[in-house]
Amino acid sequence: MAGVTDAELKEMTQEERVTALGMRTEALTGKSLYVEFDPDAEERFTYPWAPDVDFNKRTEMDCDGMTTTEVNSGIRDLMAQGYGTVVLKNPRGMHSLGVGILSKLNLIIEGSTGYFAVGLIDGPNVRINGRVGWSCGENMMSGTIMIEKNAGSTFGAAIRGGDLVCRGSVGSRTGIDQKGGTIIVGGDTGALSGFMMQRGRMVVCGNAGKNLGDSMYDGTIFVGGEIKSLGVDAVEAELTDLDKAWLTRKLTQYGLMPEKGVDHFTKIVAGKMLWNYDNLEPTEKKLIL
Amino acid sequence: MCGIAGLIHKGKSSSVGSEMTAMLQALKHRGPDSTGYAVYGTPTEGDYIMRLKVAEAEDMEKGRGIHQVIKDRIAEVEAILKEHGAKVKSKDAPREYSLRYVLNHKGDTGEMAEHIEETEGVEILSMGNGLELIKDLGDASVVSEAYGLNDFQGTHAIGHTRMATESDVDIKSAHPYWAFPYNDVSVVHNGQITNYWIMRREMERKGHRFMSNCDSELLAVYTAHNLANGVSLEDSLRQSIEEIDGVFTYLVATKDQLGMAKDTMAAKPLVLYESDDLIAMASEEVAIRAILPEEIDTYDPYDEEVRVWQA
Repeated sequence: MAGVTDAELKEMTQEERVTALGMRTEALTGKSLYVEFDPDAEERFTYPWAPDVDFNKRTEMDCDGMTTTEVNSGIRDLMAQGYGTVVLKNPRGMHSLGVGILSKLNLIIEGSTGYFAVGLIDGPNVRINGRVGWSCGENMMSGTIMIEKNAGSTFGAAIRGGDLVCRGSVGSRTGIDQKGGTIIVGGDTGALSGFMMQRGRMVVCGNAGKNLGDSMYDGTIFVGGEIKSLGVDAVEAELTDLDKAWLTRKLTQYGLMPEKGVDHFTKIVAGKMLWNYDNLEPTEKKLIL
Repeated sequence: MCGIAGLIHKGKSSSVGSEMTAMLQALKHRGPDSTGYAVYGTPTEGDYIMRLKVAEAEDMEKGRGIHQVIKDRIAEVEAILKEHGAKVKSKDAPREYSLRYVLNHKGDTGEMAEHIEETEGVEILSMGNGLELIKDLGDASVVSEAYGLNDFQGTHAIGHTRMATESDVDIKSAHPYWAFPYNDVSVVHNGQITNYWIMRREMERKGHRFMSNCDSELLAVYTAHNLANGVSLEDSLRQSIEEIDGVFTYLVATKDQLGMAKDTMAAKPLVLYESDDLIAMASEEVAIRAILPEEIDTYDPYDEEVRVWQA
């Protein structure tokens, strides 16, 4: 590797290592020196400003007559005061409720929300006792979202982690561009679900619409009911014992275990026939070639 | 990104004008260009309500001559009405360029409508026994205030708040469209029709006229054509999913029915609420909540879904 041994590399500082590995030859504008986080730092290194909350400290907020911005900054104010359980009353289909919460929080929404509910979150446990509109939980990083009724289209778009659960049926393009985490649907899902999925798992207890898993790169989709049609490069795979164990655990956890158990689930994965990409970064290529 | 809304009361009359205003006002962030209503009152056999515009709202700023032009156009329209033997029972003018006539007419209303529209600058927005179609620039509260819609009683209504993407910002490109010349049929649409010109030419060859370059007008003409050929509303909606290309979700209202259709991609939103006596639907849940603040169950129709409800 570029004329240096592993032992030598271990002795070097990061600065020297970068030069020794030949990363200097490419104009990387300092990217290779960027330190994402310091492992010696405190535990909450991702969002050091995130407030410490107490789940037993509970309060309510009536959204009636408030704007989305007022509600969302209200939640932040309450978190700063240490409230760990926040109940939102009368959301009445309001859009973008509870977006961007980057801390532990127990958020309970008593009613239905509009588009983009609790998107971009990292950590909170959310329960919505109603339905949600389009793009609920979009790009969530971690935490859980539990929806009692139906959900709209693009449910969990680009989700990267956490559990997103809907007891009812969801619209089309569920889990589009999914990059991690778990999406669980108690009812049916619409057309083009799992479109361009890259990682993570999706579980649909009911039926799936046409073009399921179209152009998926990777990841797994489990369907309990009928599949109208599979999309391009989505193929059926064998349901292993490990899959069954995982499904049993997840579905039991959220109280969505079907009467028939999990043996009847169909497993869909990427056929990987569309994988025509040169998947090495320029620097990686240098290290190998 | 237009907003559409529809509601229908089963077997009873309600203040659909103010209900639709509340729904459209909740949707106004989806498009601020214009707002339109198609409201259905109690149909009166033999009497026709005609809503027409004789100029565009923007024309009003074009100089002093416009007031005389409007007067001339109105005189011409009234001469044509007389020629076709239509008796004017009442006449209102909520705006200088926008008129409402109640007519008594026995002959071919389609032919009369075509004759009226030959007058330059004149477009009939609607003509029917129950239908009244109102559209103008501005948000729902502005339009409903100007046209006195808050007092309107009826069984069902559809409405539209528009963000112009495929054609101009003017009244003739605003929704809803009356399914000319078919009595009491109106259409609102959210989406884009990609085979618009092919379908438009086909419709024009069959003798239909287009007043605007707005792709949504096609749906009105298309529906009118099907209904005139004895196709049921439900079949027409189903057929449109096959024949019309693009992304669309649209609502059609007739004198006693309300129907919806969603394209094969389900790329345009619709939220549906259904109870025993009221069905309400809109692009976003906020619009339904504007008239039903209590906890309700709603769902999103799937791709290629067609529904028709009876008043």
